[in-house]
Amino acid sequence: MIERIHRYKNHLTLLSGFIIAAAFIAKVFKIAEWSNGLLVVATIIAVIPIAIKAWQAIRMRVFSIELLVTMAVIGAVFIHEYTESAVVTFLFLFGDYLEVRTLQKTRSSLKELVDMAPQEATLLREDGTRQTISIDDVQKGHRLVVLPGGKIPVDGVIVQGHASINEAAITGESLPINKANNDHVYSGSILDTGYLEIIAEKVGDDTTFAKIIELVEEAQESKSKAERFLDRFSSYYTPTIALLSVLVYIMTRDLHLAITFLVIACPGALVIGAPVSNVAGIGNGAKNGVLIKGGDIMENFAKVDTLVFDKTGTLTKGKPEVTDLHTFTFMPADKIFGLVAKAESISEHHLGQTIVKEAERKRMDLNSYTISEGEAIKGHGITATVDGYSIVAGNRKLMDAERIEIHSDAAEYAVDREKAGNTAIFIAIDDQLVAIISVADQIRDDTKVALEDMRANGIKRMVMLTGDNRHTAEAVANQLGIDEFHAELLPNEKVEYVKKLKEQGAIVAMAGDGINDAPAIATADIGIAMGEGGTDVSMETADVVLMADKLSQYAHAYSLSKATIRNMHQNITIALAVVVILILGVLAGQLHLASGMFIHEGSVLVVILNAMRLIGFKTKASQKHKKQHHKVRESYVS
Amino acid sequence: MSKAKATFQLEPLTCPSCIKKIETTLNKTEGVESAKVMFNSSKVKTEFDECQVKASQLEETIKKLGYPVLSSKVL
Repeated sequence: MIERIHRYKNHLTLLSGFIIAAAFIAKVFKIAEWSNGLLVVATIIAVIPIAIKAWQAIRMRVFSIELLVTMAVIGAVFIHEYTESAVVTFLFLFGDYLEVRTLQKTRSSLKELVDMAPQEATLLREDGTRQTISIDDVQKGHRLVVLPGGKIPVDGVIVQGHASINEAAITGESLPINKANNDHVYSGSILDTGYLEIIAEKVGDDTTFAKIIELVEEAQESKSKAERFLDRFSSYYTPTIALLSVLVYIMTRDLHLAITFLVIACPGALVIGAPVSNVAGIGNGAKNGVLIKGGDIMENFAKVDTLVFDKTGTLTKGKPEVTDLHTFTFMPADKIFGLVAKAESISEHHLGQTIVKEAERKRMDLNSYTISEGEAIKGHGITATVDGYSIVAGNRKLMDAERIEIHSDAAEYAVDREKAGNTAIFIAIDDQLVAIISVADQIRDDTKVALEDMRANGIKRMVMLTGDNRHTAEAVANQLGIDEFHAELLPNEKVEYVKKLKEQGAIVAMAGDGINDAPAIATADIGIAMGEGGTDVSMETADVVLMADKLSQYAHAYSLSKATIRNMHQNITIALAVVVILILGVLAGQLHLASGMFIHEGSVLVVILNAMRLIGFKTKASQKHKKQHHKVRESYVS
Repeated sequence: MSKAKATFQLEPLTCPSCIKKIETTLNKTEGVESAKVMFNSSKVKTEFDECQVKASQLEETIKKLGYPVLSSKVL
């Protein structure tokens, strides 16, 4: 019976609303008895679900708002204020209904994420047959098949096939990316086109996706200082007002005034105002691939005025690329590059591998060359014989050792390239210097816009700390307009530097990759980790994780934190103002039961609606970014 | 004693006062080590001693308070 009433609560609300309307019509036609009768019926219908809740709480010996409202309504009926009793109960239920609807909206970002969770997987058995199994039955090591339109069920590694995958659930980035053999895929991403066979590596609650959801849930629960203050305030406010109502009754014998106090004793907007801002803000972040781990962090993040960056992998892509091939001979550039790439194929050094990769990217067929001998010289480069040519590729020291002359043109050119942030690799063929290949770890495309955006939003100082050499550091810092840089640092020196900034009174956010920079990230007021698709370390140590490794996400997170805190302050102001208005109104005799309840429920809705604005919050930079993506897409189509 | 964990998914919670209601009631229950209501995801996370109390009993308690349990997960 009780469950039934609960289930049909919305119908009861609607019914009581109609009856109240009928009662008012009756009043207009001056049929007083009818009108009063209808109002009593409306009151009884609407008070039943409220009273049940109150009773359930009493039975468990807990105090509830429903109890206050029930007492107020009984009091109102007792003094024949039927209009008031009917309207109060109706407003209470109707307000509750609207709150459920609107609160669901503020929580929708997380729900959208949860709904992306895969439910089943297709198991590929040893005999080649497929079987659909529940996601809970997938075990580590299972070989699974993913078809177009299907969801990647667990975290795993690709062993067969290739596909274009949408990883928006993890990174917030909806442009699909291509993955093939040995690449890692994440649960919750969607296979756009292609075909994959993967081996399950992380299942159940261990997947990155499951961890993100848990993190966001915990984050939305963790309270900021403002929220804790408001919680304390309301935990005193409610009993105080309830007690006041008893005192008022004893002193004035005015039951009407006393029960009005009961109705305003629940400061709904005050309790809900701050949390809804937080939930909507954190939800917005999660949807855009930014995990902000709680209300406290949101509050501190908004106060940050100094940004510290690691260079490699944070401001830059962390993946060196060939930026230039400059020749000093008549031999075709492609031929030189092919010979060098073949020679470098014996090298394990990342610069050498960068050259090999570039050759692969250019679809050069390295198998058409033959390498007869080769030697990698640690820290210097390589020497090799390819197709009968003697190849030397490496730094100045290697050229000296091999007695190859670096003429002044080449020397000048090399220094220029280094000042522009490149590493210069000297290439000699048959003892003649013939070319210089420049390799650079390029700055991320969105870095500059993101930094400008953050400066416009209130960042006063930007500092770059790097283990890399001075020339390169200077080039990157100049290109990005970073205020100061410190090069050739060890991880512990970065920590010292962050400490020093904090002592100077700066509120510091440190961004870096989650592993090398973990100590500095932990030292800063706000630690930001590039997620690299969510390594465990970065997700645990950092306060904010950027899942798609994008600086534009950083800028988004920063202005989002400011917007969220602003929104929260607005809500707190609204709520406190309403409390003052209610108390003054009641004391001045201007406010009665129904109007008190109306203002109360209205203010709750106002704060929720205000918080809902955060769900669609976008920075100017991210809007620009989206537009660019759009253009890229269009050009692909045409 | 054997420790167990259970998570209950409730209908969307709207009034923060529900949190206290559910938490205090569960924490008073014998065998419950901790109970935490997650207001925004409308979940109740509990840790309890399986010898003294069963997950189904906790679910019943929450229902009796007036909050229908949509689903539960016991670890």
